[in-house]
Amino acid sequence: MRVICTVNGVERSADDVWEGESLLYVLRERMGLPGSKNACEQGECGSCTVYLDGVAVCACLVAAGQAAGRDVVTVEGLADGEELHPVQRAFLDAGAVQCGFCTPGLVVAVHDLLEREAAPSDPEIREALAGNLCRCTGYEKILDAVRLAAARAREETP
Amino acid sequence: MKAHLGLAAGVGAGVGASPQRPDGRLKVTGEFAFSSDLWAEQMVWGATLRSPHPRARIVSVNLGPALAIAGVRAVLTHEDVPGRKRYGLEHADQPVLAFDEVRYQGEAIAIVAADHPETAARAAEAIEVVYEVLDPVTDPEAAVLADSPRVHAERPNLLRHVPIRRGAPDVSAPVVVSGVYDVGMQDQAFLGPESGLAVPADDGGVDLYVATQWLHVDRDQVAESLGLPPEKVRFTLAGVGGAFGGREDLSMQIHACLLALRTGRPVKMVYGREESFFGHVHRHPARLWYEHGADEDGRLVYVKARILLDGGAYASSSPAVAANAATLGIGPYDVPNVTMDAEVVYSNNPPCGAMRGFGAVQACFAYESQMDRLAEAVGLDPVEVRVRNALKVGDLMPTGQVVEGAAPVEQLLRLVQRRPAPGPADLLPGGTANTTRGEGVVRGVGYGIGIKNVGFSEGFDDYSTARVRLELVGGRPAVLVHTAAAEVGQGLVTVLAQIARTELAVAQVTIAPADTSVGSAGSSSASRQTYVTGGATKAACEAVRERLLARLGRPGLRLEDEQVVDDDGRPVASIADVLGGEAVEETVEWRHKPTHPLDPVTGQGDAHVQYAFAAHRATVDVDVELGLVRVVEIATAQDVGKAVNPRAVEGQIQGGTAQGLGLALLEEIQVVDGRVRNPSFTDYLLPTIMDMPPMALDILELADPDAPYGLRGVGEPPTISSTPAVVAAIRAATGAALTRVPVRPEHITGTA
Repeated sequence: MRVICTVNGVERSADDVWEGESLLYVLRERMGLPGSKNACEQGECGSCTVYLDGVAVCACLVAAGQAAGRDVVTVEGLADGEELHPVQRAFLDAGAVQCGFCTPGLVVAVHDLLEREAAPSDPEIREALAGNLCRCTGYEKILDAVRLAAARAREETP
Repeated sequence: MKAHLGLAAGVGAGVGASPQRPDGRLKVTGEFAFSSDLWAEQMVWGATLRSPHPRARIVSVNLGPALAIAGVRAVLTHEDVPGRKRYGLEHADQPVLAFDEVRYQGEAIAIVAADHPETAARAAEAIEVVYEVLDPVTDPEAAVLADSPRVHAERPNLLRHVPIRRGAPDVSAPVVVSGVYDVGMQDQAFLGPESGLAVPADDGGVDLYVATQWLHVDRDQVAESLGLPPEKVRFTLAGVGGAFGGREDLSMQIHACLLALRTGRPVKMVYGREESFFGHVHRHPARLWYEHGADEDGRLVYVKARILLDGGAYASSSPAVAANAATLGIGPYDVPNVTMDAEVVYSNNPPCGAMRGFGAVQACFAYESQMDRLAEAVGLDPVEVRVRNALKVGDLMPTGQVVEGAAPVEQLLRLVQRRPAPGPADLLPGGTANTTRGEGVVRGVGYGIGIKNVGFSEGFDDYSTARVRLELVGGRPAVLVHTAAAEVGQGLVTVLAQIARTELAVAQVTIAPADTSVGSAGSSSASRQTYVTGGATKAACEAVRERLLARLGRPGLRLEDEQVVDDDGRPVASIADVLGGEAVEETVEWRHKPTHPLDPVTGQGDAHVQYAFAAHRATVDVDVELGLVRVVEIATAQDVGKAVNPRAVEGQIQGGTAQGLGLALLEEIQVVDGRVRNPSFTDYLLPTIMDMPPMALDILELADPDAPYGLRGVGEPPTISSTPAVVAAIRAATGAALTRVPVRPEHITGTA
């Protein structure tokens, strides 16, 4: 089948999609967008988190056909050209990136959290990111990155 | 600007700073190419057929149904392996593709290449294998007995026995504590699945882009099995999504190359998570018997111990794991009399090998549990009993090796002890599930300290190679560092660039992709890469510097801020001017001081390069009625010799501590009758951000005079002692014995 959807603001289409393929597979293997990651492919790790019509979802749990006609934003769509999104910058500045396999999903999940709650408490951060596994960092510097991104956003919009 | 060790200075972002990762930008934008992200024109997909049985004779294999599926390009078995049909890190005992017999559930039997990954997977399932199912050998205690059925017909199940004898064997003591402890099978659970892209080359060879820990040892094993000379098998490191020991052994490397050479097409293989659980070795499960004898003051007189490690179906790095368990098996304590026997056996359980901590983890859970029992027996505080027995510089390890450099065992314990106690936790045990309002919740505090060897041991020729080139790029000096060392997330690429900046006083440093066109770097394991490949890079930079300065033909010169300066710091010339159009390049093979084998009877010998220490204090809240644990805080103190990159050091300590917490409370591959019952992230529980507490850190920098910049390996020590600290804290809260990790709720409530 053919799947047409908007990805990062651009209409994209994929041909010869097998009905069993996930949105994750189509993004990674048919649209050249491998930023969303494939750590578990059953919705446990959050490494494939993308926006589907503005809602953060695991792309591995969305059938490609379900995305037809809808609006998808992936980690590749967050930076403004060469200018990193503040969440991405905070991950770098806080040292929240080691192997980086969880990073794309976490960046999207944190982006989503800060859209909803500009000044999350630590328990709110933990609850919001409970679906994103990281094996390298022990999460301390990921918390630092969220706090940093939130603090910078507050400074910029007093 | 601050000078670094008087060698070179001025450009910043050198040794001791925390510059950003050179790959960080790509990783936050999703553009970093992990091994599962690769793509090539005409690419096809590989898939693997694996045994459903832990032990069976293969009666017949019918490939016909797979070959009949449209889109299938090749179906291969052991008959298609042109070279050596077995591989392995220490013993080549594992078939590339099984023949005659399968020895563990998940053993690879056949491989398929097809146009679509689903087609490849379905074709693999369509292969008809007739098995004669055999009773698996699954109990290590039975397997080690001489009359046990053999896992490998040609050799006994006892893969290695490491005895250590120090002092008197039959000494007695007024206070004796003993215990039997069990450690479950932990998984590395790196997030990036085993994957890579094999591309057939015009010269009849193959290029493999893969996530691994040691390119050269992979390459050599692959070349042997392909029947190709090593130079025709070229490896390039693709992006590695974590490793933790789980990528030391081969997974899809030979398979993808076989399929690429057969189909003439690039072949991509990517394991799913379930297959990943069968695709790499795990941490050895262990049973440990310990007896500690002490005087009434808690001073240790003797330790007698037996450690039995289940190696599973194939050897992997089991012999070295057993040596670590034995040599580090009494912990960072000075004990005059030691009788230690560590054994590792074959079984039909999943193969076990390297995982962060490598033999030291299992032993530490047992000896630290014993130290708490001793504290109780003699009426001492747990820290006090440890301090009374603390290893010091100049003491002897049970192997007879003298502890050199730094051994701040007491200091590390005091640092975590003196940390302020944490306040109330953000969440109660049970978390957001609201299982309690605080009734039945008891707080406990526990301690642990561990010891780990850094680098490869027992006389292994452990070296790394670095090629450093200094040249003009756009009129400014620039450095290119080329090694084969695997960046697995730990930040080695950052650290190598820092070293080059410090040594050559040049700001612009590029790390070339790691590949086999430069000499071996050894493995990204044993907490060794900053030491050994860092050492090689430092040495290569020194050689480049020497040649550059020789061009000026006078002594007393050094580099500073992209200038050559004299003794008084006065500029003599710019590096750019001295370089001119003529680059300077040096390749250096660098070794740490040699180690020696262990005596096979007494276990005596200077087997290790360097020892590293970390201590933990864990504070937990336990719902004693439901058996639920919330870790409130973990304080860690670790000596790192020199924090080459302080932020990366913190990241290693925090991440390592998390893996130790996982072993204490959550993580176990559950194996029943040789079968893995939980090969998924739904059922194999990793610590989430909800499970991890805030972590307080004390980082000591007590220089090791033998090591580059005085550094000490960082990666493993924090994983080792966080497990016993967490369990000790639960014991303190509950009084439960807790002799097994991971601790389950029913162990706490006594309803197991």
